[in-house]
Amino acid sequence: MAAAVRFFILLLLFLSSLNPILSLYEDQVGLVDWHQQYIGKVKHAVFHTQKTGRKRVVVSTEENVVASLDLRHGEIFWRHVLGTKDAIDGIDIALGKYVITLSSGGSILRAWNLPDGQMVWESSLQGPKDSKTLLLVEKSSKVDKDNMVIVLGRGCLHGVSSVDGEILWKKEFDTQSLKIQQVIQPPGSDFIYVVGFSSSSLFEVYQINAKNGEELQHETAAFTGDFSQELSLVSSETLVALDAARSSLVTISLQSGKISFQQAYISHLVEGSSGPAVMLPSPVTGIFAVKINAVTVFIKVTGEGKLEVVDKTEHTTIISDALPFTEGQQAFALVQHEGNKIHLIMKLADNWGSDLLKETIEMDQQRGLVHKVFVNNYIRTDRSHGFRVLVVMEDHSLLLLQQGAVVWSREESLASIVDITTSELPLEKQGVSVAKVEHNLFEWLKGHWLKLKGTLMLASPEDVAAIQKIRLKSSEKSKMTRDHNGFRKLLIVLTRAGKLFALHTGDGRIVWSLLLPLLRYSENCQHPMGVNLYQWQVPHHHAMDENPSVLVVGKCGQSSDALGVLSFVDTYTGKVLRSFGLDHSVAQVVPLPSTDSTEQRLHLIIDADKHAHLYPKTPEAVGIFQSELSNIYGYSIEADNGIIKGHALKSKCVGKEADEYCFGTRELWSVVFPSESEKIIATVTRRPNEVVHTQAKVIVDQDVMYKYISRNLLFVATVAPKASGEIGSATPEESWLIVYLIDTVTGRILHRMSHHGSQGPVHAVFSENWVVYHYFNLRAHRYEMSVIEIYDQSRAENKDVWKLVLGKHNLTSPISSYSRPEVVTKSQSYFFTHSVKAMAVTLTAKGITSKQLLIGTIGDQVLALDKRFLDPRRTVNPTQAEKEEGIIPLTDSLPIIPQSYVTHALKVEGLRGIITVPAKLESTTLVFAHGVDLFFTQLAPSRTYDSLTEDFSYALLLLTIIALVAAIFVTWVLSERKDLQEKWR
Amino acid sequence: MAPINGSKPLVLLFFVELCVSLFSTAGAISPAYGDGYTIYGRVKIPQGLGVKGFALPGKISNVKILLNGGQNITFLRPDGYFSFHNVPAGTHLIEVAAAGHFFSPVRVDVSARNPGKVQAALTENRKGLSELVLEPLHEEQYYEIREPFSIMSVVKSPMGLMVGFMLVFVFLMPKLVENMDPEEMRRAQEEMRNQGVPSLASLLPGAGRS
Repeated sequence: MAAAVRFFILLLLFLSSLNPILSLYEDQVGLVDWHQQYIGKVKHAVFHTQKTGRKRVVVSTEENVVASLDLRHGEIFWRHVLGTKDAIDGIDIALGKYVITLSSGGSILRAWNLPDGQMVWESSLQGPKDSKTLLLVEKSSKVDKDNMVIVLGRGCLHGVSSVDGEILWKKEFDTQSLKIQQVIQPPGSDFIYVVGFSSSSLFEVYQINAKNGEELQHETAAFTGDFSQELSLVSSETLVALDAARSSLVTISLQSGKISFQQAYISHLVEGSSGPAVMLPSPVTGIFAVKINAVTVFIKVTGEGKLEVVDKTEHTTIISDALPFTEGQQAFALVQHEGNKIHLIMKLADNWGSDLLKETIEMDQQRGLVHKVFVNNYIRTDRSHGFRVLVVMEDHSLLLLQQGAVVWSREESLASIVDITTSELPLEKQGVSVAKVEHNLFEWLKGHWLKLKGTLMLASPEDVAAIQKIRLKSSEKSKMTRDHNGFRKLLIVLTRAGKLFALHTGDGRIVWSLLLPLLRYSENCQHPMGVNLYQWQVPHHHAMDENPSVLVVGKCGQSSDALGVLSFVDTYTGKVLRSFGLDHSVAQVVPLPSTDSTEQRLHLIIDADKHAHLYPKTPEAVGIFQSELSNIYGYSIEADNGIIKGHALKSKCVGKEADEYCFGTRELWSVVFPSESEKIIATVTRRPNEVVHTQAKVIVDQDVMYKYISRNLLFVATVAPKASGEIGSATPEESWLIVYLIDTVTGRILHRMSHHGSQGPVHAVFSENWVVYHYFNLRAHRYEMSVIEIYDQSRAENKDVWKLVLGKHNLTSPISSYSRPEVVTKSQSYFFTHSVKAMAVTLTAKGITSKQLLIGTIGDQVLALDKRFLDPRRTVNPTQAEKEEGIIPLTDSLPIIPQSYVTHALKVEGLRGIITVPAKLESTTLVFAHGVDLFFTQLAPSRTYDSLTEDFSYALLLLTIIALVAAIFVTWVLSERKDLQEKWR
Repeated sequence: MAPINGSKPLVLLFFVELCVSLFSTAGAISPAYGDGYTIYGRVKIPQGLGVKGFALPGKISNVKILLNGGQNITFLRPDGYFSFHNVPAGTHLIEVAAAGHFFSPVRVDVSARNPGKVQAALTENRKGLSELVLEPLHEEQYYEIREPFSIMSVVKSPMGLMVGFMLVFVFLMPKLVENMDPEEMRRAQEEMRNQGVPSLASLLPGAGRS
């Protein structure tokens, strides 16, 4: 009997352990995961609407993306993410079928097929020096002519065939100091003008044959004053430049190659204007714009170089690119702000007085100012002209305006996430029944009936589609309330545009968004940037009624002593609670473990002068902090100098007037790496919110090892300075990688290991008592991953049962960084196939579930790799006992199982980071990967042992129960009958 | 040897007929700025070998070729050729990112002494390549394939096993009990009663009465 039960249990276990890999069926895609595609802030846009069929706009962005978008809905037709150093300088369309991109500072020219995005050709342009880059595609009306692409890049002018990318000619310029400003091709001519400055007052013009690059003419003219290097092209033979004092405009005419100057003072042109002028880029023929203080002045150039002011406005005005309109005419758009409205004005270049179109559009306040405008026209059914306007906003969003309304918009800010945190959703309000929120009983029954049919394989294809729809649209996962399992949360993301978004984890929709006022341009804060996000207030015990809030830390500029700004944002409503500028810089923000009576977390902000400032600035916080003062230690990493320093806090700031929220620091220890042989390239600590379930690790033969678990461990990786560059820049002999484990309270180096012939980049994760890091092994010329596990030896003697019984163990003695630790480390290395972009580790609520590493590969996928593969106790031939413990036989490389890609067939283009958040359910962790794309999923590293899987068939369970009940009745009837027969016998 | 050549003296070793038309002018006109070399190669993806019921997500236009862990990224031409320009001499790593295919990274040695002499080898299996033609080692299948419905899968499921187990007890156990010697049975029951341990057998219908 017992044997049978055991057999049964074993069978069950066997069945459930058949598939240890986390995997997904194709029809489960989208059940718990979502994927969003973005492109980034648009830099250039070219419309392609001439032909019938699909109307599209080709854009290039600051994320180095070139994409073709559907003009009707804003969807992506195709998209390519170029390398991080391959910034796009210009795009255009050639031959009506190729998209031409110039990138990498004018040195790479590529052509992409317009319909499908296939690269057609690629040319490398070389030249002696960096220069301004320009891309000029000959717009020839003749179809059969080989349209040439003229490229200015790296100081040379190239003529490239747009059919196959062949470089037809190349023109180098003799003058070394020549700074080319413009390349002009007068319409319908076979020559081009190249204009530039060779010194502050020397203006040069080259006339070049566009067919073969021959120099036809070279003119130099000296101006009496100096130029400011700002130049605006007015027509094909007239240019306007600003002088160095920015007080006068110089009209330069190129009448058949001859240069003539004409100077005009701005103060004469514009009444009552003072202050330096700035030229606004204006590609419209005959008109240019100058900004003096806050006033934008439009100036028309009439014949003989006469300047004439046509308009003056104090509104912020953005000028679009020029749009070839009717025969020989150019139209352009002006966009002006007024409150939360924008005025869109279309004008013809040579007729300033009348407007082609004037529209007013209501704008979302959270989008900020208009940054860029691109226009396109179409012919309406009544043969009048209509205009489409593509607008790039301050928050990086992209909008298409047509007939006074926003046709579509894309939140491109999400392509450049800076930091992420999470927030709980509100609790479900009492009195609102779940059923009512979802749907009525009939639909519920219908859904389950469909599911039952599905399980019994009776469903028709339509039913299957209906089931899939129900599964994907489950309102359960996108509700705005907290759920029992903790799957529903708000992801609060801070983007580079200074915009804060709350994304719902259920379906990825934007719950609210907020353009932070403090992270926008202002007089006091010229170049604000968001740095970090912290959970400021997570109400649970004392302050249940308060909404949770996050702290946004920003600073005014790149430099280390730029002043900081703080904003506190309510995560339920998306409103700024309060925000203020700081009177000190922000070098480091340390969230402290303690909170005050309203559950506000105490934060220390360390400034560049090593002063610590306590927030919130309340007497209560100071009281709490003072009692902890002696136990707070910090460290700082000076990667450039190769020094890591440990600090303790002092009770007062030095050299500052009485500020009770300011604390001084004193240096406790420092670790100095020799700068000639070591350079810090990576440092990693444990996640502060990580929970470790048990310190003991039971190994073979009921033996116990104690993990050395300390929150104050720092992993540091250094490489030889020579090998700190890219792969291929150093030989194995001159490169090494050294890793350290340092206690940040005492500065003690607990472990040091060197990998000879290895180099960075190093990606590492630190969890519990282990570090896993990824680096490049130059000798094998393969990537490697190593694991270091660190164990506490001082507790090893506690294995003796008698000691435990007699109380002579040290298990209750506190763990302290001061006591000299007796640690042992174990490590092992394995080959890993791919380059890595980001690495993270799963995080669960109680730390019981086994861990998985999440590796963002170079192919922009996220691979989940069991920590069991990175176990230093792996051996080639594990014993039977070790096998039972789950030790995998040692192999030289880590396996890549395609089914364990978390992102399955999707890609997170431009992957930059992966974060993990524990759900309330112990088995499950939430994974969010971000780059240009966003991807979110739930992950159960040891499968969902504490809940039923989504595909659990309730119907089959019901059927089984019904079958069992029926069987009971049948057998009961049978036994009754049998009884009766026996009695008759 | 792979078709890799410095931009100074352009020596094309392979694909001559193709490369000349594409690149010869590029190399002939441009004098060298810096000492970069150019790596030419080709990616071959066998088409139409997709696993049943699984559409290959990777189109050739979405294939990326990465040099040294993303230092340079390039794309494939329609014919599968790719090139990296301005690569310094040394040992480099080329990776291919193509969804649905597993490519081994390739170690490429660009020699400074004799341009054109290069070596390429797959790092996964240390196989040398005579020319830089990259082919996937195998396909990657990101999804589990659903087993078609079968009676066995229902029987093997925990619920099916439960039902089966119950059926065995309900129909087979009484038969077993019946076949036992009544004397022995009674003795066994006596023993059990003495021990006071409730057993499953005593709960079974028919067992107590026979």
